Amino acid sequence: MSATEMSKLDLLLQEATQIESDAYQDARRQMAVCNACRYCEGYCAVFPAMAARREFEKADLTHLANLCHNCKGCFHACQYAPPHAFGINIPATFAEIRQESYAEYAWPAGAGTLFARNGTLVAGLATLFVMLALVLSVAIKDPAVLFSAQTGTGAFFRIIPLWLINLLAGGSFLFAILAMTMGAIRYIRGTGGLGGSFQPAPAAEAAVDVLTLRNLGGGGHGCNDLDDSFAQHRRWLHQAMFYGFLLCFAATTTGAIYHHVFGWYSPHAFLSLPVQLGTWGGVLLCIGTAGLVWVKTVTDPAPVARRLMGGEYALLFLLFLIGATGLLLLAVRHTGAMGLMLALHFGLVLALFVTLPYSKMVHGIYRSLALLRNAREKRAA
Amino acid sequence: MPDFARIYDVLVVGGGNAALCAAITARRAGASVILCEASPPPLRGGNSRHTRNLRALHPGPTQVLTDSYLEEEYWDDLNRVTGGKTNEDLARMCIRASQHAPDFLASCGVVFQPSLSGTLSLSRTNAFFLGGGKALVNALYREAAKLGIVALTDTEVQHIQVEDGHATEAIISHCGFPQRIRFKALVAACGGFQANRNWLREYWGDAADNFQIRGTPYAQGVVLKDLLAQGVQEVGDPTQFHAVANDARAPMEDGGLAMRLDCVPFSLVVNRNVERFYDEGEDVWPKRYAIWGRLIAQQPDQIALAVTDSKAVMNFLPSVYPPYKANSIAEIAAMAGFDTGKLEQVVAAFNAAVRPGTFKPMVPDDCTTEGLVPPKSHWARRIDTPPYYAYPLRPGITFTFLGLKVNEKARVLMADGKPSANMFASGEIMSGNILGQGYLAGFGMTLGTVFGRLAGEEAARHVRN
Ligand SMILES: Cc1cc2nc3c(=O)[nH]c(=O)nc-3n(C[C@H](O)[C@H](O)[C@H](O)COP(=O)(O)OP(=O)(O)OC[C@H]3O[C@@H](n4cnc5c(N)ncnc54)[C@H](O)[C@@H]3O)c2cc1C
Ligand code: HEM
Ligand code: SF4
Ligand code: SF4
Repeated sequence: MSATEMSKLDLLLQEATQIESDAYQDARRQMAVCNACRYCEGYCAVFPAMAARREFEKADLTHLANLCHNCKGCFHACQYAPPHAFGINIPATFAEIRQESYAEYAWPAGAGTLFARNGTLVAGLATLFVMLALVLSVAIKDPAVLFSAQTGTGAFFRIIPLWLINLLAGGSFLFAILAMTMGAIRYIRGTGGLGGSFQPAPAAEAAVDVLTLRNLGGGGHGCNDLDDSFAQHRRWLHQAMFYGFLLCFAATTTGAIYHHVFGWYSPHAFLSLPVQLGTWGGVLLCIGTAGLVWVKTVTDPAPVARRLMGGEYALLFLLFLIGATGLLLLAVRHTGAMGLMLALHFGLVLALFVTLPYSKMVHGIYRSLALLRNAREKRAA
Repeated sequence: MPDFARIYDVLVVGGGNAALCAAITARRAGASVILCEASPPPLRGGNSRHTRNLRALHPGPTQVLTDSYLEEEYWDDLNRVTGGKTNEDLARMCIRASQHAPDFLASCGVVFQPSLSGTLSLSRTNAFFLGGGKALVNALYREAAKLGIVALTDTEVQHIQVEDGHATEAIISHCGFPQRIRFKALVAACGGFQANRNWLREYWGDAADNFQIRGTPYAQGVVLKDLLAQGVQEVGDPTQFHAVANDARAPMEDGGLAMRLDCVPFSLVVNRNVERFYDEGEDVWPKRYAIWGRLIAQQPDQIALAVTDSKAVMNFLPSVYPPYKANSIAEIAAMAGFDTGKLEQVVAAFNAAVRPGTFKPMVPDDCTTEGLVPPKSHWARRIDTPPYYAYPLRPGITFTFLGLKVNEKARVLMADGKPSANMFASGEIMSGNILGQGYLAGFGMTLGTVFGRLAGEEAARHVRN
């Protein structure tokens, strides 16, 4: 491709991102109604942030959408919800905008198209990596090793060599971190900054908001998880999933430290730190993801953005399977099934790492940034 | 399919706050209850669906109400807005009972919150529902379901059979099919007749075509008319209603609260003939918003235009539809379809009459006019800083006051003054008992809750005896 062709393409891309999608136009119309109504002010951070504005540029809408926790309180409370002509449906509209912003700010530019059929992508990659891991371990390994009970130091690595684990998992994880950092930078630039300079108080408030998921609390008494009744199911299930995920991550990290720093090789005793962290993390991850799938299947569909459900289900299943195969691996690690289980688990983790920057997983970053900006803007006002 | 063969203890007509409070109270007192709401499920809850607060007496600060609000002050406020056209005994009874209204609603799952931004002036007197009236209605329907009340939507009550002040059965349309419900006691809580344009025309003529109905289109007054025709005593002035200044571009029905415009005290308001017709700055807006609908209803073509400039736009809540905006008064007039030259003259005359003062948006300040008729008593500042803004206004009707006469037990009175044997009423359908004219923000929900509870209690008591 020549240089001029290249810059033409850039221009086209720029133009394409400047033309506003239906979701943005609709959100602006809806914000005009909400800003004159304001009944939902008590539910979450979005409405006070909205009330501080009169004009809603694309960047403002992106910020508000990422500030929204999709608790659905403002849908069930809205006297203008469909079939009213105004058809106000903030959770569904904001979910669309969030997804569009994930695509817009994905790095490298162009990778955003991966969000278009995200469920297929995540599920496809997960299947692919699992197959590869299985096939490769069968092909490379002598069946006598693969299917026999492996015990003693370094048992896992007789199935998949450590250097390969390090290369694949480490490589894809580092790339994901890079891509998500770049995404975050693009997001901050594209949505008009973080609302001021660094100060400890708003940063601390945002951290509390992230760690407690305060905005999934509906102003204290819960959200409309299933219908117009109030509950905290989704909040607690997400907490289980979130902290489960972190525990699993901590397990892998301590495992690596044991290996490289102390020279203590796996498998570790059941009561050792990495195994304990991993076990409880796996249990929480499974409970959280299974519960969220349950909520999704029984919830009132009216405020749900249907188009995005594929990606959400795929990620929930992937996380559930990672947790479940991790636990199974623990259970069968001294038997002949260990080899295949390890390949399975490893394939799934690899799929998660590869899709990390191109799946719903990025919402944690953008939501945290939106909460930080909100905490700062509140103080500036 | 509900059981239409059995005889229910209590039939509640309507499905808003007044009806649900009555149904829940009757059921808690042990009666079997069936409730009929004309609208489909997403629009259930009538005008109550559009509300945000209720006015409650309180001797000291509560979780959501500041300071205190006692009977005498509440009564003074009510007496003043109604110009004395009220029933003091009923009003005072309602005021006293309002103290317990928030607790009752909370017991049904309704959640309260501190007053909304932009409504600080109400934080002492009015308790706000978290999420507004629809969240309240949802909570009441959930409570009703939990208690085993048969709550039917898409069910219009078309006729109540009344013999000698005794109601025996109701003819209804359930999902479009005719049915009959038999019962021992009746609670009528189905709102006013404001959405019935033909009925409004009887008093307002063609002007009624220009009235925007702020709330539910189901307020057709079918049962009100039916009962008045069968010897129930009428109360209230049929031309009286609560009405506000709405955006003229709002939907003709169900536009709700977001369509009202709060720009009047910070603007100059002219009618179709480009003449000012009332003191825009007479008092703070929460005390004046409820007279402007009626004022505009009395102007030619029932339309008005509020004109202001860029100094003032941040002093009131934003409108849903963008205002007319231009760099000259002439352009603004042209956009709104008002006489250009005349509007320039009116603005110039107003500007010349403005006296210097210190502008204070939240309290009656000393910015006033001199020698202007009518005057603008407060917040008068020259309209001279472009861009200029204009908002077209129409009357937005909230609810009508004509209703069924009741006593202090919410029991309906017959034309001969005798209490009905088994009919009770609550909410808008009996508002005229207390509201002869005028309105106090948050009183509609108070009325429905207080009389709804009374009606439910008395209906259950009647059934037990
Ligand atoms: C935009 C707006 C904002 C308001 N804000 C406030 C506020 O903040 N605070 C306040 O106190 N008041 C407010 N009001 C006034 C308040 O809504 C009413 O006073 C109150 O809701 C009346 O309750 P209700 O149950 O009597 O009537 P509604 O809530 O209107 O209920 C009447 C019900 O009866 C049904 N119905 C009618 N005819 C039939 C029939 N033939 N058969 C079966 N069902 C029938 C209707 O569908 C409707 O659901 C507001 C009103 C509007 C329009
Ligand atoms: C390891 C980190 C995280 C993981 C694995 C994770 C995973 C998920 C998944 C799978 C969902 C979809 C659930 C559903 O569809 O019901 C979800 C939803 C959600 N997450 Fe996270 N998340 C993480 C971090 C965060 C963070 C940091 C925040 C907040 C700042 C957050 C806020 C939310 C919210 C509000 C929802 C519900 C709204 C929605 O469906 O989009 N998450 N999360
Ligand atoms: S969602 Fe509906 S009720 Fe809530 S603020 Fe917006 S318009 Fe008002
Ligand atoms: S869905 Fe919940 S979090 Fe999102 S804007 Fe509505 S109330 Fe706020």
